Formats: sequence, structure tokens, C-alpha cells
Amino acid sequence: MSEGDFKIPVGPQHPSLKEPLSFSVALKGEKILGVDIRLGYNHRGIEKACEERTYLQDVYLIERICGICSHAHSTAFVQAVEEIAKLEVPKRALYLRSLIAELERVHSHLLWLGIAGHEVGFDTLLMYTWRDREIVMDLLAEITGNRVNYGMNAIGGVRQDIDAPEIKKILEGVKTLEERTKYYIDVATEEATLIERLSNVGVLSKDDVLRLNTVGPTARASGVARDVRKDDPYAAYGDLHFDVITDDHCDVYGRAVVRLKELMESYKMIREIVENLPEGPISVRAPRRIPAGEAVSRYEAPRGEDLHYVKSNGSDKPERVKVRAPTLANIQSVKKMLEDRYLADLPIVVAAIDPCFSCTDRLIGVSDLDKNSGKVMSWEELVSYGVDWYRKNRGVDLSKLNESFVKGRKYS
Amino acid sequence: MISALFSILIFPGFLFLSTVALYAEYFDRILYARFQNRKGPPWFQPLADFIKLLAKEDFVPTEANPGIFRLMPLVALASSVAAFLYIPLWSVNSLYPFSGDLIVVLYLLTIPTIAFFVGGWYSTSLYARIGSVRTITQMFAYEIPLFMGILAASLLSGSWSLSDMAAFYAKNPSYMAFNVIGFVVSFIALIGKLEKAPFDIPEAETEIVAGSFTEYSGKLLAFFRMTFDIEFVVGASLLAAVFLPFGLTLGPILGFLVYLIKTFFIIALISLTRTVVARLRLDQMLAFSWQIIVPLALVQLFINIILKGLLKI
Repeated sequence: MSEGDFKIPVGPQHPSLKEPLSFSVALKGEKILGVDIRLGYNHRGIEKACEERTYLQDVYLIERICGICSHAHSTAFVQAVEEIAKLEVPKRALYLRSLIAELERVHSHLLWLGIAGHEVGFDTLLMYTWRDREIVMDLLAEITGNRVNYGMNAIGGVRQDIDAPEIKKILEGVKTLEERTKYYIDVATEEATLIERLSNVGVLSKDDVLRLNTVGPTARASGVARDVRKDDPYAAYGDLHFDVITDDHCDVYGRAVVRLKELMESYKMIREIVENLPEGPISVRAPRRIPAGEAVSRYEAPRGEDLHYVKSNGSDKPERVKVRAPTLANIQSVKKMLEDRYLADLPIVVAAIDPCFSCTDRLIGVSDLDKNSGKVMSWEELVSYGVDWYRKNRGVDLSKLNESFVKGRKYS
Repeated sequence: MISALFSILIFPGFLFLSTVALYAEYFDRILYARFQNRKGPPWFQPLADFIKLLAKEDFVPTEANPGIFRLMPLVALASSVAAFLYIPLWSVNSLYPFSGDLIVVLYLLTIPTIAFFVGGWYSTSLYARIGSVRTITQMFAYEIPLFMGILAASLLSGSWSLSDMAAFYAKNPSYMAFNVIGFVVSFIALIGKLEKAPFDIPEAETEIVAGSFTEYSGKLLAFFRMTFDIEFVVGASLLAAVFLPFGLTLGPILGFLVYLIKTFFIIALISLTRTVVARLRLDQMLAFSWQIIVPLALVQLFINIILKGLLKI
């Protein structure tokens, strides 16, 4: 770095970030020279926790990976378990899963639009979209009982059915939302300052998308028609009629246009689902113990492809659960998008992938085989090591508590 | 002596100005909220915020220069209040008119911006430094069109005294119509000066936290915020005096009402503008200012020079 260059920290705590993540931005004046991204501030150990719980409990735990695409994660998980258990899920349940999925996409994309407005200092857009988002939140609460973490999925189907008055409410809500979304499309394509701020910002070419394995609306805005709903249909998507929206702007503006047009597709799908809802049961009985086997399940979350891997050993608890949230696939592209941009573009470029950092954080141990400095510890040793470390470094003596803890419980 | 102190400190000086400024902040916030389909704050919110900030601890960063850090809010506040005394409000005469007071008002209105820069720079935070550099860069973009717009109006009247200008336009009200371009230019430049959207680049929250004011807290921050409110009113009053000089001969009570309506009309226009636009980037703001606003101001200057010859004023 020459004179006049300096590094500015954006995160882990910063007004433009809703979740902890750290960017170390090297600047020359307003120009970005380089960005170091550091994840890992919000590791929650959900994958490991899943191995300690039964499949039924895991459905609810998995749902809490993300507050916004909760249905995405729980559906991906139950799909994998159903595949291992070879369960035939009733058609009505599949349609209901798709219904919730599309309503979730609507609320997620409206939320994104508001955040994007806020990041470029257009708070009016934030206030308007979040007001309208309440309509779909109310619909979700009406159908499932909750605004987020709907608890709709069960292994072998869904937990709640919908009736005629609810269908009427859904159609009314979708009608209002469709009108408003048309208005937002007008705003996004006509408001000069907004277009100025979004165009040619965070450019990611089609080649880069393929090279960096970008997923979701970020990939589709660069002209790559990559959508699990079309490529590998799950739930009811095989029966539904919809287009995969792509755009060739390759910039943040393109990503906004893709999300707005996807909203219109979602409204179309919601109508089709409630009008062609098949009759029949909404779930089949699932066994408590899932036969041994493994499965990978893909799901098109609002942010992109969500991938779950479940391995069963024949007991009532999974042996391994692995979640690849869409943000993990997209975060690498941010560095590319920020090349030669200004500091003022950083918030909107990061926001444009619709990041969800807490869903992405994993703990990965990398051991250096050459130095062979790794050490295998038992669970008790690890607990004692942790307690000692804190006593030495932070002055908190937890050894008494630790003793009673170790005595009271056996660790496998 | 006592009447001078009264007019400087109480009416229409500091106390009156602060009240109007706090109300202007409320007016701006409630309009902004209603435009956005929100409820907005209660009428006493700006005052409550001010009192709350006064009660908070002043925090000076260890690395900062404490003298300059503490001095800058007071400099900014004092100079923006002083500028108010030379603007004709509800009669053709300001409180202390003299020949050339237009230049003094523009000069005094520049000092707060410099104070934001110096305060931000000496607080040594990275965000504050970027913010203060942005403040000063932006100043060069809007200050010149603001001066040119207002000087074009003074050119037509043939005087560098705001009071004489007001008297001239009160005598020839139809000449106001010639300064429409100047009004638009100065209005846009004023938004830049007040750091409101789309020119709120120096304190862009999502980029650099709070810009120059990142390290400020307590009383010092309260004074800075008060400076903004007062600049808001002083700037609107200046535009009203220069470009909307009607109702100045209606006597104190009616004139006072007309003055308030004019000022709050300009404030409402600023609220409306910041509702419907996104924040520009610094490079876009500079390009907009030098490629569109400055040429427009030049056009206004030429129009007024030619008019002056044609009308033989």
C-alpha cells in the first residue's frame, strides 16, 4: 500500500450489515483496492445439534437456521428424509409446500427490495415495500399460525390444511400485492437516481457466474437460467407453469429487475396452486426410525439453491446433516463484484446477493498434515480444556459447575 | 444596548431562531413520514431529542485533539445564528443591514461546513475522516452554484446588500420572474449544503456510519444537530428573501405570517425532494453539479446581464 491508502473495517458491527460479518476494505480515496471477507462470527452448531436430536425434532431445529427462508430449509431437510425412508408424500401436501414456498419468496423479495432501497439511501422504497410485505406476512400467519418459522412441514407431508375462506384471503392479498409490485417495477425502471446507483455496479459476467458457481437471482441476473424449480422439480413445481426469469444487465440493477419479475411469477404460481389444489390427505405416517441410507435434497430458496445432505444409520437420529445455504455459494462473487468500485457501492453490492450470513457460518477445522500438530481430544477433555482456558484467560472459575456437569451426564 | 441584546439573543435572534429551527425539523420529519406512509414523531420530538442529548455524556476520543473537537460545534452553531441577523425576514430591512451583507451571509453559511470538516478530521476516526473529506469535496460542488444563483439576483438589483435587494424587488415585483433558473439552482445547492438526500453523501449511514459526526456524542452532537436545523431555517429564509421577496411591505403581523409560509414552503419542497430520490455517489454528485447546475447558473447570470442592459435599471 502506498501513501494515502488505508484500510477501513466494515463490520462485524456496522449500520449497513444486519448480521455479523467483517469486510476489511483497502481504500485509495473513495476507490476500493481490495476486500478481505471474514465469516464465522455467528456459528451456532446446528448441524452437530441435529445429530443429537430425533428426526422430528430436527425439522423444527432446521427451520430455525434462517428467519426468512425457514420453509426452504425445513422442506429441503424433510425431502431428504422422505427420500431415504421412501415415503410417498400426498399430492395435496406437495402443493401446500409449494404455496408456502412461494409466499415465502414474495416476503423475502419484498424485504430485499426495501433493504436495497435503504442501502442506496432511498428510504421511501423501504417504507413502502415493508408496509406491503405485511400483507403476505399476515397471509402466512393466517395459514400457518406464524409470521416466520411456520412449522408447516412434517416428515411425510404438511401439518395444516387450508380451507375456502383462506383461499379467498390469499387471492385477495395476491391481487393487492400484484398491483403494488407493478408500481415498484415502474419505480425501479423510471426513477433516475435509483437507476444511476444500481446500473453498472457490482458487475458479474456470465463466465464469472459459471466459474464462481453463483446461484439464485444473482446468477439469473447475469443470464444464467439456473433454477432448481425448473432443473430438478420438487414439491408441485413439475405441474406448475412458470418462467425462469433471466436478465442480461449483469449488475445490481439486473438483480433488482429479476427479483421484481420473479414476484410476478410467484403471484401467478400462487393462483395456480390454490385453484388446482388436489383433494386428499395432507400427510402420510412417517416411521420414527428412518432406514439406513443417505440423500441429497435441492431446493430453490429465495436466495438461490439450498442443498441439504442427510445420512441415516437406521436409528431415530440422523448420523450426519449437512446444510449448504445459498449465501455460501454467492459470497465469493462479492469480492469479484467489488473490483474497481467505490466505497459507496459496497453496501448495495453486498446486499444485492441477499446475504444471510448466520445461515452460512460453519466451523471448519483445518489441520496441517505436514506439521502434524493436530490433537485428538475426547469430549471430557475438550470440556475441561475449555473451562481451564476461560479460568486462565478470563478469570471465570467454572470448575465446580463443570464437575457437577460431567457427573450428571454421560458423554458418548 | 439592551434592545440590541434582546434582538440578538431573544427575538428574532437565537431563542426565536432555535424554536423555529426545532419546529422546522419536526415539520420536515412529519412530512417525510407522511410521504412514506408512516405516522411520524410528535411535535415535541426534536426538543426532546435535544434535551436528551444535552444530558448525555460527552465523549472525546483519546486520539482526538480535545480543544478543536469541543470548539467546532460551537463555531458552527454561532456562525449559522449570526448569518440570520443579516437576512430581511418580514420587512425590507434586516436587523443590521449594511452594504455587502450578502457576501457576509454566504461567508457565515460556509463556516459550519468547514467546522464539520475540521471536527470530523480531528476526531481521527476512519469513518469521520472519510466523511469530512466527502463534506469538503461536496462543498466545492454546491457552494459555487449557490453563490452564482444568488449573485445573479443581486446583479439585477445592482446591490450587494440583501436589504437593498429586497427593497428593489418589492418595488419591481415582476422582476422576480426572471430569477426562476437561479431559484432552482440555489434550491438544489441548498439541499447539498444541508446534506439531505440525494446529497446526504457525507453522512451516508450505510457506508460510513455517521460521517464527520461518528465520534460526536452528548452536548457536542446536540450543537451540531442544532446547527443543521438552524442552517435549514437560515437557508430557507435566504432563498425566500432573495427569490420570493413579496409580502415585505405588509407590516409586521401579516409580513411575519407571509415569511413563515414562504420559509416552510421551501422546507416542504426539500422534504418532498428527499422523499422521492436515492442518494447519489460522490462522483455522480460532482458530475451533476458541474455539468448541469453550474451551466444553468451561468445561463442565469447571462440572462441578468443582458436584462440589465435592456431594461436600463
